Amino acid sequence: MLSYIVRRMLATIPVMGVVAIFVFSLLYLSPGDPAVIIAGDTATLDDIARIRQKLGLDQPFYVQFGTWVWNLLHGDLGISIFTNLPVMTLIKQRIEPTVALTICTLLVTIPVAIPLGVIAAWKAGTWIDRVVMVFAVAGFSIPGFVLAYILIFTFSIGLDLLPVQGYTSIKDGFGAFASHMVLPSITLGLFYAALVARITRASMLDVLSQDYVRTAQAKGLSNREVLIGHALKNAAVPIATIIGIGVALLISGVVITETVFAIPGIGRLVVDAILRRDYPIIQGVILMFSAWYVLVNLAVDISYTLFDPRIRY
Amino acid sequence: MTIAPTDLAAAPSFDVPRRGKMHDIFRRHPTAMAGAILLTLLILMAIFAPWLGTVDPQALAPIRRLRAPSSSYWFGTDMLGRDVYSRVIYGSRVSLIIGISVALFSAAVGIALGLLTGFVRLADAILMRIMDGLMSIPSVLLAIALMALTRASMGNVIFAITVAEVPRVTRLVRGVVLTLREQPFVEAAIASGTGFLPILWRHILPNTLAPVLVQGTFIAASAMITEAALSFIGAGTPPNIPSWGNIMAEGRSLFQVAYYIILFPGICLSLAVLSINLIGDGLRDALDPRLARRM
Repeated sequence: MLSYIVRRMLATIPVMGVVAIFVFSLLYLSPGDPAVIIAGDTATLDDIARIRQKLGLDQPFYVQFGTWVWNLLHGDLGISIFTNLPVMTLIKQRIEPTVALTICTLLVTIPVAIPLGVIAAWKAGTWIDRVVMVFAVAGFSIPGFVLAYILIFTFSIGLDLLPVQGYTSIKDGFGAFASHMVLPSITLGLFYAALVARITRASMLDVLSQDYVRTAQAKGLSNREVLIGHALKNAAVPIATIIGIGVALLISGVVITETVFAIPGIGRLVVDAILRRDYPIIQGVILMFSAWYVLVNLAVDISYTLFDPRIRY
Repeated sequence: MTIAPTDLAAAPSFDVPRRGKMHDIFRRHPTAMAGAILLTLLILMAIFAPWLGTVDPQALAPIRRLRAPSSSYWFGTDMLGRDVYSRVIYGSRVSLIIGISVALFSAAVGIALGLLTGFVRLADAILMRIMDGLMSIPSVLLAIALMALTRASMGNVIFAITVAEVPRVTRLVRGVVLTLREQPFVEAAIASGTGFLPILWRHILPNTLAPVLVQGTFIAASAMITEAALSFIGAGTPPNIPSWGNIMAEGRSLFQVAYYIILFPGICLSLAVLSINLIGDGLRDALDPRLARRM
């Protein structure tokens, strides 16, 4: 098993290598000369040439790429063109709201989605099942930013229950933090909840047709004991997988959700960077999110061996 | 050993769709039928946009800015006095064109790359590493990055979203090819002296079509969402073309006073995506009996 884990970890290197090449090419191919931008309006050609040399922009592609990767491995993601601050610093400043949003989304979706899936599988074919499946299809079909505005119209403008936009750190009081997080979490979570509910249902349906479930029912266990103790436990691997992959999928939604709700997180950082064509920031954020995705996948794959001792590699 | 939701569709138990079968799908799956009717209506709406009581969607009229929905302006007017109803109707063209183009292009490229990786070991080793890398970049960010490099145009939006979707199709087709290669009917074809290309054309390719058809439907749906999301954050379809995402982006700063600018395109987008998802679910149920029981 140890050798599997080591092999699986080594396999992430080429994947991150491809991501790094892609992301570097982004800056290399980007229109506009960074040296000209940094030098400013009053620079002479000599100034620009000096800056080019200082930044290593006169070197061939592979030398620039090598230097860039070397800096990257030392935690240096480059300097933002617009603010002149290190990209690493900007990401650190903005990471808290994004992490908070992701955690809140998990907290509001998982406790709803898994029971929904379990009940739908248990009552398969009845109206309860159909309602859950309709919810799932709706969750896949309503884009996050459409749902966001429907929620804002209803709960913030119509009923005046929750703030329209903005973010308050949890350090400044839990009440304010929570009230700002409710709508963004639901917005971000609907797709995810639909996905988890659907996979839970599918996985439970598979397990519920097994002989040992019939045995458990025959020996007089309550529905609760059969469903949770026997069925859900054995249906756990696909559910755990989709929860893990879903966390990585949430990232795409974060960009949109933070824009709608004016949350000053990583998503907003990248959207602002696009409008200003601040490529180093776009690079840094893509690298970070991809690394996160690769790590989550790695964790999920390794957790298989822990969840299900039958899986051997 | 990662099980992505799309991998579930990689099951080898697909049937080749036949003409009678397609008819069957819609008869036995009322929800797919509802989706098909809805999509047909949307397509008709896009084609006949000029005859649906619309005016020029770009016509400015500052004198009637931000009018609420009424009998003369069904969906109201935006901050430049443009008729939101006309813009939403014309916007369906962008969404449909992008959804369909991305699905077709990523299916074509994905099938080609999938067949290549399924048969050529060297191509498999190199291409699949690249595909894994591309797949680990969140699709919206990948599209954003590509859009940041180029200028806004519909062609570039289609290209950017296609790049993000191709790896998924490639992986699906490769999975089908790897299973089919070991099947007795392929071995029999080889044994009876059939050449490589006829095997590829007659035995392998038709078997990849059903899963790609299902996957392509979902890709069309997700491409429509991605286009709207890109346009919404200002990195998608250029502002001179009314698309649902653009209309919503323009309504963003005004949504407290003029909710309708965002609401109507949002509803249309959701309905369009829903119709395609319903068709996709029906197709999957009909073409893959093993999955149908489970999902």
